[in-house]
Amino acid sequence: MNTIFKVLKYQARDAVRSRWLIGYAIFFGLVTEGLLRFSGDPAKTQLSLVSVVLFVVPLVAIVFGTVYLYNAREFIELILAQPVRRRQTYTGLYLGLALPMVLAFAVGLGFPFLLHGIDAPAWNTLVALLLAGTVLTGAFSAIATLIAVRCEDRLRGLGTAIAVWLMLTVVYDGLVLFILAVMSDYPLEKATLAMMMANPIDIARVALLLRFDGAAMMGYTGAVFLKFFGGAWGAAIAITALMAWIAGPVALGMRAFQRKDF
Amino acid sequence: MNQLKIQISGLSKRFGTTDVLRTIDLVVRTGRVIAIVGPNGAGKTTLIKSILGLTRPDTGRILFEGADVIGADAYRARIGYMPQIARFPENLTGAELIRMLKDLRGGAAELDTELLQSFELGTALEKPLRVLSGGTRQKVNAAMAFLFSPDLLVLDEPTAGLDPLASSILKDKILADRGSGKTAVVTSHIMNELEELADDVAFLLDGRVAFVGTLDELKRITAQATLERAVATMMTRGWVRAAA
Repeated sequence: MNTIFKVLKYQARDAVRSRWLIGYAIFFGLVTEGLLRFSGDPAKTQLSLVSVVLFVVPLVAIVFGTVYLYNAREFIELILAQPVRRRQTYTGLYLGLALPMVLAFAVGLGFPFLLHGIDAPAWNTLVALLLAGTVLTGAFSAIATLIAVRCEDRLRGLGTAIAVWLMLTVVYDGLVLFILAVMSDYPLEKATLAMMMANPIDIARVALLLRFDGAAMMGYTGAVFLKFFGGAWGAAIAITALMAWIAGPVALGMRAFQRKDF
Repeated sequence: MNQLKIQISGLSKRFGTTDVLRTIDLVVRTGRVIAIVGPNGAGKTTLIKSILGLTRPDTGRILFEGADVIGADAYRARIGYMPQIARFPENLTGAELIRMLKDLRGGAAELDTELLQSFELGTALEKPLRVLSGGTRQKVNAAMAFLFSPDLLVLDEPTAGLDPLASSILKDKILADRGSGKTAVVTSHIMNELEELADDVAFLLDGRVAFVGTLDELKRITAQATLERAVATMMTRGWVRAAA
């Protein structure tokens, strides 16, 4: 337990000072501030931010995470040469990577809203946005950790990271649309819901969009989702699926880390 | 006191299709400096990393003062490791890195700051490691290995990147520590430097121990006057199992 915190503390201290993470925070700060100024409406800003968060957060988490861990190779060796347990070291490394990214994201996106001041409903949506970003950072930095531990070659590792991101954003959407178009004669609500659970970005997207009035425009499927997410069961399944997207890669990564030869 | 610091028996390790270590048997005696020599890819670093538990052997055993190291963690509090490449988190300072090691080790050991002082690292420790020169980072690396007064020093190419003055300081420190009963395992490509330091020599070739014995024995067997010549002779002859 202690080792987890000690590793986390120093790694997070290094990551927080990284120019890339500072740039990441500034990016979200500028985008949010810009949208707030141009639209003048916190609700519209938040609706636009949904797409930005769903696109940028997974990309940054998986790419920054993979690159950071490849660069930390000798640092990890130094830690493992001390009287520490690998399991705890791994947990410390993962949290020391994910938490600074969450912090940079939350500060960048939240700060402009604080400056401008927003009303209660906008607060709720802001919290939902921050939660979605946090969970996505958790999932994608866990995938990044898994890749960096499993793959010796950093170029292949980085390639895998980008491929995973492309799969879950671009390719996945195309695939779902294709299936829906081809099978349009069949009832697909359940299948659509199942496909959605297979992609953390998609769960986050639907959960976020349902908070906006626009959900009505999602038509029949929107109604299906609204019914599903509105119910206690649906919400529980969605949360469980998101948690599994964090816990699964973390567990696989830990297993690989414990057996890895440095 | 245990006369044998480390006992390695039947140690094998394969990476993919390459047998990096093939049934290594080796003993490191307490209070002596043993040099691990051999051509590139002979398995020196893998051997060192196996002692530290960084690499998990496929077969064989490693005992640290009689206790198996596989799956153990606490014994590493008694080892000071100086890795070959001194690459640290760029945004931390040397002082923070040292604090981290103190935290991780629990601070029971008595601190030996001699190298920190003789390398005159004072102000450099307050700067982010990214702005330090390679040589200064290597000094930090060396100072950290000695900082916790470990019983066993594991030094992988310790003088690579150090200037002659720093390199001399480091060698004096290794010898002084041996004088006070400590043990050291050192790899290096620079044979002259090992000649100053080593009591024993283990010569690795293709993952096997081709020779192990005292420095004098090695010179006698190869009929050479220096370690460099002796090792060169062994390398040209190929694998010679010397009766050590």
